[in-house]
Amino acid sequence: MDIIAQLFAGLSLGSVLLLAALGLSLTFGQMGVINMAHGEFMMAGAYTAFVVQGVVGDAGVSLLLALPLGFVVGGLLGLLLEATLIHRMYRRPLDTLLVTWGVALVLQQVARDVFGAPNVDVRAPAWLSGAVEIGGLALPRTRLFILALAAVCVVALALALRATPLGRRIRAVVQNRDLAEASGISSRATDRVTFFIGSGLAGIAGVALTLLGSIGPTLGTNYIVDAFLVVVAGGIGQIKGTVIAATALGLMQAFLEYSTTASVAKVLVFVAIVAFLQLRPQGLVSVRTRSLA
Amino acid sequence: MRPRSTSRHGVTRLATASLAALGVVALSACGARVDSGSAAPTTAESCVDTSGDTVKIGFLNSLSGTMAISEQTVHDSLQLAAEEINADGGVLGKQLDVVSEDGQSEPTVFAEKAGKLITSDCVAAVFGGWTSASRKAMLPVFESQDSLLFYPVQYEGLESSPNIFYTGATTNQQIVPALDYLAEQGVTSLFLVGSDYVFPRTANKIINAYAQAHGIEIVGEEYAPLGHTDFSTIVNKVRSADADAVFNTLNGDSNVAFFKEYNNAGLSADEMPVVSVSIAEEEVGGIGVKNIEGQLTAWNYYQTVDSPENDAFVEAFKAAYGQDRPTSDPMEAAYTSLHLWAAMVEKAGSFAVDDVVAAADGVTYDAPEGHVVVNGENHHIAKTSLVGEIGADGLIHTVWSSEQPIEPDPYLEGYDWAEGLS
Repeated sequence: MDIIAQLFAGLSLGSVLLLAALGLSLTFGQMGVINMAHGEFMMAGAYTAFVVQGVVGDAGVSLLLALPLGFVVGGLLGLLLEATLIHRMYRRPLDTLLVTWGVALVLQQVARDVFGAPNVDVRAPAWLSGAVEIGGLALPRTRLFILALAAVCVVALALALRATPLGRRIRAVVQNRDLAEASGISSRATDRVTFFIGSGLAGIAGVALTLLGSIGPTLGTNYIVDAFLVVVAGGIGQIKGTVIAATALGLMQAFLEYSTTASVAKVLVFVAIVAFLQLRPQGLVSVRTRSLA
Repeated sequence: MRPRSTSRHGVTRLATASLAALGVVALSACGARVDSGSAAPTTAESCVDTSGDTVKIGFLNSLSGTMAISEQTVHDSLQLAAEEINADGGVLGKQLDVVSEDGQSEPTVFAEKAGKLITSDCVAAVFGGWTSASRKAMLPVFESQDSLLFYPVQYEGLESSPNIFYTGATTNQQIVPALDYLAEQGVTSLFLVGSDYVFPRTANKIINAYAQAHGIEIVGEEYAPLGHTDFSTIVNKVRSADADAVFNTLNGDSNVAFFKEYNNAGLSADEMPVVSVSIAEEEVGGIGVKNIEGQLTAWNYYQTVDSPENDAFVEAFKAAYGQDRPTSDPMEAAYTSLHLWAAMVEKAGSFAVDDVVAAADGVTYDAPEGHVVVNGENHHIAKTSLVGEIGADGLIHTVWSSEQPIEPDPYLEGYDWAEGLS
């Protein structure tokens, strides 16, 4: 029974990692922008949930309202960042890293000034409290919800990339920007939309995380490193790789933690990733393109 | 190729490098070493100026960085105590002139700023510090400069510096009484959960020794890295171990994730209560009252303590800083530390460190937590121990009290079972 419980814990952790990393797989994976403020977009999503709950009151309604609103808030912040700073630095990844790191610190301080330094609380709706008991196994409802939410986000994103004109444009720009431009696609507009969606997904992740953890100005910093790890290990540019990497890392952490301790498991996961990247620097899945870059 | 001047691999490598850099920053923040010996002369001539009608004292708290959230509250209550003392005519007729410095949540900065307060501001005493790392960093500075530090937070014990007064609880005033309470309640098995650093590991060593001597079985002992956010595995282990109670020494944000997971997994205070030693009134709101209602804490002070001294303290604090601000144990210990120093100085009739230390033994103060007495030998204070239950109002209500102040015993010398721990 313990093995099944850990299997669920691992999948659940994987789904949390996936939610945190999914947006990043677009902005970092597809566009090559190292956005250190991605975690703060998650934080913005979490505070959106807090504000919505303050206005609406009912925990269930506010959660369902906060999900789309978190997407919009995260997306708009991303759009603002892209339009003001990042688009000037597409050629300078190191500068982007430093600038977005600075933006992250600014956003944390803004949150501290607006909402106060102590953590705030977002109540979980009654239909998400407690656990579903299956044969002595307790599956927390919040974790089932996040698992489902992650699945919905992945499917929606995959469909959007695969089956919509917008998705085709995004893929075209990723695979060969010059050729895409030559075919009449505005790579500028495509970049903006991609960044909006990627940042918006961070907002959704932030809303979901209010069900599990603390909601404070530094929420994002707890997840940003793991999110980058997932995207790098998964292979940048492919959602498939992100999904597999998130699941694998989640399961690995859960089972290692079960047989050792949380600290040791974390170290072992890092070692495994380093070793893996030595063997496969491009990550699990990589895009084959004919571009020279 | 306008936007992508780096190849895919280049970007990956860059990201990996920055992640590694982040890790290094995080590690260096934890393991910061202090080289205070070289900065400080071995014997110091005090430069404290007591000729005028004011005397300088220093407050050294983290007003920025991760610890600011906690230490700001201590800073506020110290400020309140200084204003009260000044309104009452000061100490030995001299008004207190407060010099505030920011420790920036960084042990090295604490050591540096402590040196600055002593040698350049010439303060008569310094009040502050929170993490054990910050205290350990400041200790050699105060010893080499022969100055005084008042440290207001409960800690892991096993320390007693002639230049530090410890006004928070040591282990025999917080953890041991909490264990006594659990044993009294018929608890025969415990699960230990803590953050992975010095305080929880030391505390759990003590708990293990206590358990062995008192027939309590430790059915599990788990540590999570600081900032750990996923507790499903640890809660699974707690669940299957099925102990009578959980002893929680987690610190910071991890508590939020732990208690949410604990509730969501269907565990509750009724079937398996959690006793925490790092959750005070300030933290309850952030965890969510609903997630932690009914769970237990061990401290020496709660806002709900029923005494005229506490009523006055709570009222004055709220009047100064806002009605929604709770008061907590470390805040009270800091407030008390300044009043104790004032009492020591009055008794000594002098601000000189040697005179104050010589006069310290037996100095008493009717603090908000109750009557406290300074122990001149180990520089801790006798405090009453309280076990509290977190109520639906977000405040903590006493369910058990040691009734009498417990004499401080930082090395647990008075406990047979603790032999060999220090």
